[in-house]
Parts: sequence; C-alpha cells; structure tokens
Amino acid sequence: MAELGHDATSHAPPREMPEMELPHSHSWWTTYVFSQDAKTIAIQYSVTAISVGVFAMFLSIMIRLQLGFPNTFSLIDPSSYLQYVTMHGMIMVVYLLTALFLGGFGNYFIPLMIGARDMAFPYLNMLSFWFYFLSVIVLMASFFVPGGPTGAGWTLYPPQLISEGTPGIHGGVILMMISLGIFIIGFTMGGLNYIVTILQYRTRGMTLMRMPLTIWGIFLATMLALLAFPALLVAALMVLLDHLAGTSFFMPTMFSMGEQLPHEGGSPLLFQHLFWFFGHPEVYIVALPAFGVVSDILATHARRNIFGYRMMVWALVAIGGLSFVVWAHHMFVSGMNPYFGFLFATTTLIIAVPTAIKVYNWVLTLWHGNIRLDLPMLFAIGFIFTFINGGMTGLFLGNVTVDVPLADTYFVVGHFHMVMALAPVMTIYAAIYHWYPKITGRMLNEAMGKIHFWVTFIGAYAIFLPMHYLGLAGVPRRYYAFGETSPFIGESVVSLNAFITVAAVLVAAAQLLFIYNLIRSRKHGKEAGPNPWNATTLEWQTEHTPPTHGNFGKELPVVYRWPYDYSVPGAKYDFIPQNVPPEEVEMVDEGAVRR
Amino acid sequence: MAESATQETPPPGFTGMISDWSSDQTTFKGAGWGKPMMWLFILSDIFIFGIFLLGYMSARLATPDPWPDAAEVFALTMFGVQIPLLLIAIMTFILISSSGTMALAVKYGYERNRKVCGRLILATAVLGAIFVGMQAFEWTILIMDGVRPWANPWGSAQFGATFFLITGFHGTHVTIGVIALLYMYRKVMRGDLDDGRPGAITGRKGRWEMVEILGLYWHFVDLVWVFIFAFFYLW
Repeated sequence: MAELGHDATSHAPPREMPEMELPHSHSWWTTYVFSQDAKTIAIQYSVTAISVGVFAMFLSIMIRLQLGFPNTFSLIDPSSYLQYVTMHGMIMVVYLLTALFLGGFGNYFIPLMIGARDMAFPYLNMLSFWFYFLSVIVLMASFFVPGGPTGAGWTLYPPQLISEGTPGIHGGVILMMISLGIFIIGFTMGGLNYIVTILQYRTRGMTLMRMPLTIWGIFLATMLALLAFPALLVAALMVLLDHLAGTSFFMPTMFSMGEQLPHEGGSPLLFQHLFWFFGHPEVYIVALPAFGVVSDILATHARRNIFGYRMMVWALVAIGGLSFVVWAHHMFVSGMNPYFGFLFATTTLIIAVPTAIKVYNWVLTLWHGNIRLDLPMLFAIGFIFTFINGGMTGLFLGNVTVDVPLADTYFVVGHFHMVMALAPVMTIYAAIYHWYPKITGRMLNEAMGKIHFWVTFIGAYAIFLPMHYLGLAGVPRRYYAFGETSPFIGESVVSLNAFITVAAVLVAAAQLLFIYNLIRSRKHGKEAGPNPWNATTLEWQTEHTPPTHGNFGKELPVVYRWPYDYSVPGAKYDFIPQNVPPEEVEMVDEGAVRR
Repeated sequence: MAESATQETPPPGFTGMISDWSSDQTTFKGAGWGKPMMWLFILSDIFIFGIFLLGYMSARLATPDPWPDAAEVFALTMFGVQIPLLLIAIMTFILISSSGTMALAVKYGYERNRKVCGRLILATAVLGAIFVGMQAFEWTILIMDGVRPWANPWGSAQFGATFFLITGFHGTHVTIGVIALLYMYRKVMRGDLDDGRPGAITGRKGRWEMVEILGLYWHFVDLVWVFIFAFFYLW
C-alpha cells in the first residue's frame, strides 16, 4: 500500500457510515466525572494509572532500602517486604502499564489518529474507566485489611498463595483476585471498543496500512489482551474458590504446620500454565504499543519516514501471534517434560527475528535523518538502548540450559526490568513529552525534562546493569536479606546492593521532578501552538488545541497519504500532513520535480 | 481504492476479503459497530470457556482418585428405571430448540414482522429459563446425593469443583441471555426498533440489527453447551 501514499486519488471517497450523534454533556458531572468523551476518559485513566504508579515506585524504594541497608529500617519486616514486592510488581505491570498504554493512550489517540469523532461505544468506554477505578480501590483496600495485601510474589503461585505462613492470606488474596476480576471486566469493555473503533470507524481515505504505527501497536496489543486476560480471569476465579469454597483446583494434598490441609489432588502447575498463558502475552500487551509509539516519535523527530513500514506492521503481527506459544519458558524450572522445554525455547528464540527487524528499522530510520534531540527523541533513543539490552539477556534466559542456573536470581530481575519496565516507561515518558502540547496546549519545561532524562537513563543503568552481575554471582531474588558475607554472598554483593539503592533513590527523585513539571507546565508552560513538532498525523491537524468534543470541528478530515511523509524530495516543507491532498502540496519548483 | 468504495457489489471470495481489509473507513462492510463487537466478545469468551474446559481436563488427568462415572451420576430414576442422562438430554434438547426460535426471530425481525419476532424472542427466553430451572433441579439432585465443591461420594473431589464452576458459569451466561431477551422482547413489542427510540442506559437508537446481535450471543451460549455436554456427560 506504500504507493497509495503518493498516487492518491484527488477526490475523497463517499462517506460509508452516517455521522454519529455524540452524547453531549450537560453538567459539570457529565463533563468532568462521568464523561463519555474519549479524551476525558483517557486523562482519567492516565491520572489514575500514574498515581498508582508513583505509589508502586515508593514500594520499590522500600524494597531497595531493605536490600541496600538491611536491618536499618524498622518499618520493613520480612512480611511487609514480601508484600511490597508483590504489590510493586502487580501494580506496575497491570494497573500502571496496561491501563496507561491501552486505557490512557488508546483512548486519546485512537479516535484522533484515525480521524473519528469519538470511540464507537462512548458509554461502554466510560463504564470501562469506572470499573478500572473500582479495581484500583479494591486493590488499595487490601492494605487496610487485617494481615495486609498478599505477599506471594506478583506471580501469585499457589499453594503458597493461600497457605498459612504467607502474608496476607486472609483478606489480601481475596481482594487481589476480586480486583483483578474487576480490572479484566472493565478492560474487556474498553478493549472491544478500541478494536471496533479501529476496524469500523476510520475516516475517508484511512486504510489500515495508512494508520500510524502507534495505532497498530495499540490495536494488536488490545487483541492480545482480549485473548490473554481470560486465562487470568479463570485462574483468579479458581483461586478464589480454592480459598473460600474449599475446592482443590490448584491445591495439592499437603501438610502444613503438622496437620493435613483440607485440600487434595489439585495441580499447582495448572495455575502456572494459566498464569503464564496470560503473563507472557501481557509482556507484549505492554511492549507492542510502546513499539508503535517509539516508531512514530523517531520518525517525527528524525524528520524521516519510518524505515520499512509494512515490515514494521507485520513484525508487530508476528510478535503478537508468537507471544501465545512461548508461555512455558517462564516454567523451565517448574518441572516440565524436557521436550516441552525444547519446544518453548525454540518458539522463544524465533521471537528474536521480528524483534530484530524492528530494532534494525528504528536504527535505519535514524540513519541520515535530520535528528532533533528534543525530549521525546531522547527518551525514544533511550528506549532503543534499554530494549536492546533487555532483549539480549532475553536470549540468555530463553535457552533452557542457561536459564536453569539463572532462573530465580537477580539476572532475571535485571532482564525483565530492562525490557519490561524501563523500555515501556521510557516510551511513556517519550509519549508524554511528545503529546503533552496537544493535550494541554503547552510545552513541558525543557530544562527539567533534560535533568529528568539523564538522571533516569543513567540511573536506570546504574540500577539494573549491576543486577546482571549479582545474578551471575548467584544472588537469589525475592530474599529479604542475605545475612553475613560468606563464600556464597561476597563483599561485592553487599556494596553493590547499597550502590543500587542509592541510584534508585536518585532516579525516584527525578520522577517526582517530572510529576512537578507535569503539574507546573499545565499553567506556566510555553504556548505550544497546534503542531509544535511539525508532525504529519491527524491529531496534530485538529481545529482546536486541545481538541474539543468531537475532535475535528465541522468536517472530518480526509486522508490522502501515509503518516510518514517527512522530508519528501521536492516538497517545500519537510512534512506533509496526512490530510493534505496531492494537488495542494507546496513544491519547491513545480516544473522540476515529478511526484 | 476509491473505486472499491463506490462499487455496488464487492468482488467475491478471497479477493473480496482482501479488498475489504485494504479499504478505508470500515473493514466489515455494512456490519455497523454492534455486530463486530459481539463477534469479538464471543472470541474472547471462547477463550474463557476453552480455558475452563482445558483446566477441567487437566484436573481430571492430574487427580489420583477415580473420576465418577457420568452414566451413573447423571442418571434419573423414572418409573423405577434408572435412565442415564435423561434429564441432561431433555435440557440439551430445550436449549438447542431455543436456538431455532431465536434464528426465526432474527428472520422475522428483518422482515419487520414485529409481533411474530417478539413472540419468538419471548419463546426463546422461556426455553432459556426452563433450561436454567432444570439446571437448578439437576444441581439440587446432585447436592442431595452429597456432591459438594470439595468432595463427593464417588471419587475425585475435583468432579464437584469443576462441575459446579463450569455449569454455573454457563448457567450465568444463559441467565444473562434470558434477561437480555426479555428486555429485547419489550423493545420489539413497543416498536423501539422501528422508531429508533434511544435505549434506557446507553442511549443508542433502536435498530433491527440488535435482534441479530443478541441472537449471536444466544447461539454462542448454546454452542458452548454442546462442548460442556460432550466433555462432562459423555466423557
């Protein structure tokens, strides 16, 4: 479809669907609280997600304080340490990253980028957010029940999840499972909405192969989520029944504290299969939108078309498909038939192929580009670094023989924080710096942003690179303390842990600076204008900044080209927006250049 | 591309599919929004039920105790004779019949035959309610026989757990369907679908397509029952 971008027909195709009547708001409540405008819902999603994200960041600081300076802080005991680890993981993965990328970015950018007035189902969209909000409240409530939140690790493996001795087995586990259930129901409402909107509500001229890669990423990630979350929902339901109704889906016959538990004959391994059938696609639910966002930001700020657009799309599709057949690589040490290990190692390593295509294409997009090191660009390049690092260690862990000694060490912690935490978070920052001017009409402060980037980028390496060394040295993960130094726990482990903690505190401080920047620039930022980055995609071409209800004023835009017409030879400006018809493109010299 | 959008009849078969997917505006031509959403929901729900059934198979294979014999457990004593699977056969017959009435309702709906369509929807709802009632009856028998989620008199404890969980989850789907059908019956009979009257909750205008969308859900719930029937009662 690449040629479509250049040989577009001069007249617009007729409109297939009649204009939708937007649910208009009549009061303060329906404008700001129970709003059915996707943009407001997106901001509600984002603010909630970032708030819980900041909370989870403080939990990670508590973890690091304990590890770096054991027995210094009386606030942290072994139980609360495990609870912090569990809640940090669960909040970051599900309630921050999934909700922010799909609920936040998805709601804001899908209608704007495909040229729609709103989502296809605005009411359902509103309901989706309030379910998410409720799930967050239920999750937070678990801090206030007797025993506190669950401390079984974010993977929630039974039997220890609901056995005596694990913190939070009374109220915490129940609230966690209910919260996950509400989240999944709410997400399903939103997810159906995103897919239908993308497939059925594009503007005239907007073919699938003219969509910005951001939308492709969100589209495929939503698809993955709709198919992967059912496994978690079923697992959560079964855990609840095991805990409350005395069934034995996951609980084997076992003795605890000298007496036989009432459960018999369940299969703990079944839970691990269900969990990771959700858990592995979850990695890509977070990563695919990040891939898309980074592609768009790189192209815009390097003033160059994305290299290999169609390959980028098909690589996203391939990664999405493969993500459903690799889940058991999380279970190499759980006890599986060795042939399964071989199968899952193979499929895991195959994922490196489409991923490598994407990385090469990002780098080739930068090649000979007119690179502007704006804040979004810095974070996008930071993403490429952390993603390559995390991807490489992923190859180590995908091999059974290498994984067996490294599983359950800090190597794994370093790996997945590089690839699953840093890479998407870098993208989130890139996206916020990139689109904040559209959302609020003002730029974020440049100096604060630079400090934020460099502290975050260098600090993140200072935190997670040493963890690979700790892992190779055999330091186990999830331990509360390592005790006296010994031949197993060397002097370097102790000093490195202290170093990592100091770095983590500094990085956390930089994130608070970012939050301050977000709030301050809302009122005091520099006026941005409608299109500060000279970008081509439709959200920058709206009549108003920030876009009003209905997004595009009277007339919906008509799309004539793909979203990456940067530095087109012969064109007067180095970008041609998607809604500019071929005959209106200003040329340097009309006679000399044939388009 | 502009040509394909204005074309009266789309090209047939695979070529048509490719031209639909590479076109602008809508991928599923003429399908609106509600129908693709229901199909997607069904796809997601297939994964839920699929995982339920896989979990059931896995539990059944993993348990060390013998699995109760379905022919005995689900037998009904009528006139002093034990007839295996009698109740469940009637239940299945009723649910499949309700799919028939639903399909007819969709047909009459598109013919704008309000009365017949409405009555068929009501018939579907009644058949669905009978199914749920018989399921409650079946649960009662099993519970009186001593089947509990955590134990049963014949063998593996996982039998009761998986049975109540999966048939309960399916029964919930049927119940939600019955409520939706009754609501749709009211809408059809009042003429909401002809007048385009906005719905009570979401404010979307009534369209005859809604009957078909609800029908998709109903057929899906019936189809799921076929699999549950095969895996629980015939295995």
